[in-house]
Amino acid sequence: MKYLPLLWANLWRKKTRTIFTLLSVVVAFLLYGALATIDDAFENPQTGLTGVDKLITTNKFSLTLLLPFSDVQQIAAVPGVAVVTWITWFGAYYQESKNFVFALPIDTPTYFDLHKDEFVVSDAEMAAFRNTRSGVLVNSALMKKFGWHVGQKLPLHSTIWTQKADGSLDWTFDIVGTFAVKDPTQAGQQASTVLFHYELFDEGRSFGKGQVGWFEERVVDPSQSVQIAQKIDALFANSPNETKTQPAKDFAMSFVKQFGDVGFVLRAILGAVFFTLLFLTGNTMMQSVRERTPELAVLKTLGFSDAKVVGLVIGESLLLCLLAAVVGLAASYALIPVIRTVLQGIVTSPWLLPHGLGLAVLLALLVGTPPALRAMRLNVVDALMDKR
Amino acid sequence: MFKQLIALTSMGIQTLPQRAGSSSVIVIGIAGVVAVLVSVLAMATGFRHTMADSGRPDRVIVLRGGSDAELNSNLTRSDVDTIANAPGLAKDAEGKAVLSAEVITVVNLPKIDTGSDSNVTLRGVGLQVEKVRPELKIVSGRMFRPAVRELIAGAGAAKQFRGLTPGSVLHLRNADWTVTGLFATNGDVHESELLADADTVGSAIERSGYSSVVGLLTSASEFGTFKDALTTDPQLKVDVEREPEYYAAQSKQLTQLITVVGNTVAIIMAIGAMFGALNSMYAAVDARTLEIATLRAIGFGALPVLLSVMLEALALSLLGGLLGAALAWWFFNGHTVSTLGGAFAQIVFQVTVTTSLMVTGLVWACAIGVLGGLFPAVRSARLPVAEALRAT
Repeated sequence: MKYLPLLWANLWRKKTRTIFTLLSVVVAFLLYGALATIDDAFENPQTGLTGVDKLITTNKFSLTLLLPFSDVQQIAAVPGVAVVTWITWFGAYYQESKNFVFALPIDTPTYFDLHKDEFVVSDAEMAAFRNTRSGVLVNSALMKKFGWHVGQKLPLHSTIWTQKADGSLDWTFDIVGTFAVKDPTQAGQQASTVLFHYELFDEGRSFGKGQVGWFEERVVDPSQSVQIAQKIDALFANSPNETKTQPAKDFAMSFVKQFGDVGFVLRAILGAVFFTLLFLTGNTMMQSVRERTPELAVLKTLGFSDAKVVGLVIGESLLLCLLAAVVGLAASYALIPVIRTVLQGIVTSPWLLPHGLGLAVLLALLVGTPPALRAMRLNVVDALMDKR
Repeated sequence: MFKQLIALTSMGIQTLPQRAGSSSVIVIGIAGVVAVLVSVLAMATGFRHTMADSGRPDRVIVLRGGSDAELNSNLTRSDVDTIANAPGLAKDAEGKAVLSAEVITVVNLPKIDTGSDSNVTLRGVGLQVEKVRPELKIVSGRMFRPAVRELIAGAGAAKQFRGLTPGSVLHLRNADWTVTGLFATNGDVHESELLADADTVGSAIERSGYSSVVGLLTSASEFGTFKDALTTDPQLKVDVEREPEYYAAQSKQLTQLITVVGNTVAIIMAIGAMFGALNSMYAAVDARTLEIATLRAIGFGALPVLLSVMLEALALSLLGGLLGAALAWWFFNGHTVSTLGGAFAQIVFQVTVTTSLMVTGLVWACAIGVLGGLFPAVRSARLPVAEALRAT
């Protein structure tokens, strides 16, 4: 620690050079923070379902084909299934197609049983929802986004479901309450959710009656998930609507995988950035040590051991890289709300800071070692005569 | 002055090997930026090409009003009859309108490289499909026959998903479908799909209606007549679009996303590379202080000195740009990739490193070089000659 002032002074020996080097390392860590966060979102997709005890059952043949509602009875009878609920893709938007709304027709009792303790809804609003046929519960974030208020009518356009009454795709609901999501890691996924009653949906739609999009199950013992999933699928084997049941997390993963190997692209970019950086910073350190050859020789004459000289050079490189990494990562934290406007539901991983700093140390060692070795092998007499 | 400039620049370039370390920083830094920029934009370009090459201006797509995409849409048989009678459609030899009423669904097929399930479009098409889409060519095997469970696979889909070779059998929803052939459609979006007979697909998914109607007009200018006839019909609630417009709208979001992300990353990287270039050029000017001062003393002007430093920076950046563009082309051009497109289904496309993308990359390289060279060049020109000579 007592050498810190010396390291600091050495670092600022050539101000412009240090500033430019610092800035380019800052830029690299800014990119690292942003891209690693996106990568993380693709590696660990959110499901909107908390916990390892949730399964999702979809049509095996095609995600877009419906399943008969009557399957519910059979699934509920499978030992180990605590509760099963059914949901259908409504494909809704508000006013304009860019205002996507994740509106879901739900079976109220089973849905809230399955998602026990995951939503915060006041008792009064929950009662109002149960008692209002055309009622909807809206995510409080979405309410704010569109400036809606409890008590108003909510017109939603479905891109799929026409109404029996008039063939129209425009459905009207009553906002009776709001909900908040307890698990912050799922908040992003649920940000545009609107919940309404399955009964209203099934009676109102002009086709597809008695058919639903998918089932969600909660199992009693998560360690039995795989066996239970197999049992569910076995119920419908060789029927026209074979099912595919998997843990919610796997379902989300397989969906995200369909976007292609996003992780590879991001890591390739980061690879290019850090490879470039290695050259740039390495060159600066080399230059800086080369210029200081006589000074290092003086230090050695004064009795600084080889190890200390190596330590000084490596220390300087560490100081440079860590300083820049901290600034860069801090800037990337500031950038994440911007990314969130494009990719909903992005959250910062708690690992970002330790991983980033680890990377900075690695970088510092890589760029610091060659000049440090050079400084160590310095022949004092030659160096003092400035024979480089 | 020109002579001086040439002399100075060639001198600078001849001494480059002495400064190989710091000069390579410029080249490698800029190569990185350009490689990333060109590769990412090549993905966007490839995707846009695939979507933009889909459809012709004299072909129309009719969906149920308000559906946005084929997958959501639903038209009844009587809707299809009404559409077939609308004015403006081309007629075949028997006087029947040239159109294809289609049923779209997605099926799960594993990807060849990862084995993970992917949504692939299965498109049931009408009997006149080859008249509606004359670009459709069977490249191996034969066309499917109607009323039996046969399908043909797009050339792009066959490269990405398992089990799509002529003669192989796919198990789809409790029934075996034979792949009878592979088709090409000039690299458009349909090459990512499977085609079969509309009624056979309809019965397989228990669906009596259709998703969309694709029709060929007698000429592109008939669009207005055709559209007006359908949209003013009180019995019908449909959206009518020219095919290119429909596919452009479907691809807009993803193309924009890739372009924005690619440009943002490249801009941030470019800023980093610019700092690297500044450092290297300052170092170059420093190393040549004595040389430059001597030259100034024997009568070389300030401007030629400034310009020669700029030219050196520019030459190095151009080299970096060329290297980066070449790397992007070498590694990625022509790669077939697939992603989830706007309509919930996989779209197979080729990463296309076009000449104009490479030029864009070189322009970026030059811009970084100019910015990185400017300040060091100004310093070199302002060098106080006497002091510099005395200092060393």
